[in-house]
Amino acid sequence: MLIAATIAIIIVMILAIIRGVIGPTLYDRILAVNMFSTKTVLLIALLGFVMGRPDFLDIAMVYALINFVSVIAVLHFSNDFEFRSSAHSDAKESKSMEEDS
Amino acid sequence: MDTALSIGSAICLLLGSFLCLTGGIGILRFPDFYTRMHAVSVSETSAAGMILIGLMLQSPDGIVVIKLVMILLMVLFISPASSHALAQSAMRHGLKPWLSTTVPAIKNKHNETASDITSDKGVPPSNL
Amino acid sequence: MKDLLAVAMLSGIYGLLSASFFVTMDAVDVAFTEASVGAGISTLLMLTTIAIVGRFERSQRHKPSLALAVTFFTGVLLIYGTLDMPYFGSPNAPANQHVAPQYLNDTVLGQDKSVNQVGVPNVVTAVLASYRGFDTFGEVAVIFTAGIGVLALLAVVRRPEEDAKIAAINESMHQKNLILRIVIKVLIPFILLFALYVQFHGDYGPGGGFQAGVIFAAAFILYAMLFGLSTARRVINQTLIQILAAIGVLIYGSVGLVSILNGRNFLDYNALSSDSIAGQHLGILVIELGVGITVTSVMVIIFFNFAGRLENREANESVTRNISSDGHVTKEKL
Repeated sequence: MLIAATIAIIIVMILAIIRGVIGPTLYDRILAVNMFSTKTVLLIALLGFVMGRPDFLDIAMVYALINFVSVIAVLHFSNDFEFRSSAHSDAKESKSMEEDS
Repeated sequence: MDTALSIGSAICLLLGSFLCLTGGIGILRFPDFYTRMHAVSVSETSAAGMILIGLMLQSPDGIVVIKLVMILLMVLFISPASSHALAQSAMRHGLKPWLSTTVPAIKNKHNETASDITSDKGVPPSNL
Repeated sequence: MKDLLAVAMLSGIYGLLSASFFVTMDAVDVAFTEASVGAGISTLLMLTTIAIVGRFERSQRHKPSLALAVTFFTGVLLIYGTLDMPYFGSPNAPANQHVAPQYLNDTVLGQDKSVNQVGVPNVVTAVLASYRGFDTFGEVAVIFTAGIGVLALLAVVRRPEEDAKIAAINESMHQKNLILRIVIKVLIPFILLFALYVQFHGDYGPGGGFQAGVIFAAAFILYAMLFGLSTARRVINQTLIQILAAIGVLIYGSVGLVSILNGRNFLDYNALSSDSIAGQHLGILVIELGVGITVTSVMVIIFFNFAGRLENREANESVTRNISSDGHVTKEKL
């Protein structure tokens, strides 16, 4: 049963990587990373039981924390990213708007 | 007693795996960011809960159960909070939800290029 | 891919993935370090750098094909080289025959009651802190030097008249981050507690000064990100943290000096107590404490200086930003 759950989680991790690579917007990528790391937490906890090493739970806990830190960091700095790129993308976007109309 | 515990844990683990897989299919198949996020965040919290409870039922001693409870609490706190922050930030930067009734949105979706600007419709309002 | 932010996200996935590899190979301490440093702090620093330098890569003039060919060639050579290596976990591998049996004997099995016995259950900690104590001292010195380098290159001169502007920006964040702030307030005590557990449980399980330092720093960085740097500066005194970074290295070095003064070698912990095992325990505990203090303060220094530059620029450009957002609004109405 542990093995089955492990395999299911690995499959989901692969799906998350696919979304992270193709993901059209930045937020899709962040979502994929977020999902990937939650699944890593579960995977490590499961592996700890499969291999009989309950030490692994400490690592799982670190992951849960680090995941949160990196997601918050991306969102915190995304204001700056938007701001910096606005000069760069303004021209492009206004052009596309003209095409639309 | 032991059989009951192992059956219970097996049920929990299977349920968790199933929820996990639904989340995975959701992140790949749903049409836009908000629906994907919905699929992921709902399934993620319940799947993590189910799998961790399943492990708790199998764990040999007390300290392991305590650690698992800590991980579960952490996931229950962190996962919804980061989903909330993600959705809020996406909304703030002008990523519009996809509405099935608006035909132009569908057209836009299919014309999406790899240019990877956060929003391809209109100018993102930088400060709301 | 021209979007550096997407590249940073994907490298975060890479860090998570490689830590999973370490877990499956049973290298718990390495996985721990990779989790906290590789996936956590380095992604964070990459993000701050990208926020400073801008999100998109400039178009390149030169063709990358030559570099790609060199990388590919080197990769093929390296893979070819691994064919000669012994199988993973093979008992005949040189790594398993040189000094490893003695380390294992002295620490885990405890069969050899020699003078050098360490008596710490976690072999990695024993090797890192006791047998290779001098190397670890060098690593701590490297981290300290990195902190000094960041201070020398990036230290921001803060002018008091800008504080009002920055405080206004922080106030405007309040509504935005309300839920996250509450969650963080609940979580931070647990994070600190967990860091202490990792710090002092390093003798018995995975963990130690480096990992604990990073987790401590992560708690402070979370606080600084959500509550604004000026609030965080009131919590963490910048002068104090610079002194602490030096104190960590000094603690480590002074343990070595104490053992010299007792007539032993540098960093020979047997000198710290009449019982050699108790001395080893004490020595490892103290130097791990020094490592933890240095790593925490250097990480916090690096983050504060990176983010401080960003904040200064934001305060200077807040006027410009208002104008540009007005521009956006009018454009949308059109």
